Amino acid sequence: MKIAFTTSGETLDVALDSRFGRAPKFLVYDLDADTFEVIDNEENLNAAQGAGIQAAETVARSGAGALVTGHCGPKAFRVLSAAGVKVYNTDAITVAAALDAFRAGTLKSAESADVEGHWV
Amino acid sequence: MIIAVASGKGGTGKTTVAVNLARMLGSHVQLLDCDVEEPNDHLFLKGSMREEEIVTTPIPQVDESLCDACGECSRFCQYHAIVSLKTKPLVFPEMCHGCGGCAKVCPKKAIREVPHRIGMVETAQANNITLVQGHLDVGAAMAPPLIRAVKARLQPACRDASFPGAGRNGVPAILDAPAGTSCPVITTIKGADAVVLVTEPTPFGLHDLKLAVNMVRELWIPFGVVVNRVGIGDDRVHAFCRQEGIPILLEIPDDRRIAEAYSRGELIVDALPEYRAYFERLGEALLERTSTDLHDASGVATPNASTFQR
Repeated sequence: MKIAFTTSGETLDVALDSRFGRAPKFLVYDLDADTFEVIDNEENLNAAQGAGIQAAETVARSGAGALVTGHCGPKAFRVLSAAGVKVYNTDAITVAAALDAFRAGTLKSAESADVEGHWV
Repeated sequence: MIIAVASGKGGTGKTTVAVNLARMLGSHVQLLDCDVEEPNDHLFLKGSMREEEIVTTPIPQVDESLCDACGECSRFCQYHAIVSLKTKPLVFPEMCHGCGGCAKVCPKKAIREVPHRIGMVETAQANNITLVQGHLDVGAAMAPPLIRAVKARLQPACRDASFPGAGRNGVPAILDAPAGTSCPVITTIKGADAVVLVTEPTPFGLHDLKLAVNMVRELWIPFGVVVNRVGIGDDRVHAFCRQEGIPILLEIPDDRRIAEAYSRGELIVDALPEYRAYFERLGEALLERTSTDLHDASGVATPNASTFQR
């Protein structure tokens, strides 16, 4: 299974970005192979609207079955749910710490968005 | 004649200029409040709403029994208003620009367009002014379709000099634009015969005036400037207008009594009669003179210039 983490860097020791839609990158970790790839989310950083939806599409297309991030809004959550991607909220400092927490089973899968959309 | 009142910076006095100008512009004036996210012209006009109409935009509705989750709609939509990830599509109405593309590209004809409410257009009569205002619903994100619905109420008489009581440029219509230079502003001022850019003589006012000037030049609409609260700030707005050959149509002094009247929801021309002449002059500058008094982008006659030379 693959897990996507929000981040601004290319390695596991970099900070976990608490934003989902406007995180600069996604680190997609393959639990079975113990390898990862980094996907760019730059074009969404400056999107006027719809960053969450687009980011959710990107994560779903990466093949990830789970997303570990700080916060996730309602539109992104709807897309991720439809695509079967489970969402885990954490305040872990680094991607590595978030990965450890996920492996240890201390993260709980979210049942809804944990923040409001940027309008509505 | 259609006059748009716009500004780069917010809070420079667009509403003040629009409502007071409307009051002084003759026996029949249409005032269209296109600042649909926060329409406030009505606060200064004592009249009750006569008519309300709901405005909708078309959004996709998916017949899931026909959809095979091919994802064509999702790939087509640049606004992520319809999303399909090997799943039945999800629709996000507030993202939708109503282009209808998803319905057209759907191979299964599973998508049809249905109306989605975004706001209201309200009409009121207050003395000589017919007020039309757009009122965007809370949560609706797209102002331009509602602004277009407001502008659809422009009377044909605004271009018809033969209308009883009309001046030689037709019955005046004033468009009160939102602040800034983005899509809602462009939607408002497009098609206007003249634009009044309201600014204040401050560095911030000047900075945003320059943006607004560039916008109006891009649209080839004759324009002039109203400087509000003259006496504060510095003289750089005046210097800029002089240097660019942009006419200053009116200067409103920084008068505390104007702010007081405004805060009570009163028109300046009613509360402080000595200012009536100011707005009469502005009206004359816009209606009676020819286009040469308004600035056009490059000294070349603009497509709208003929309106002034009739």
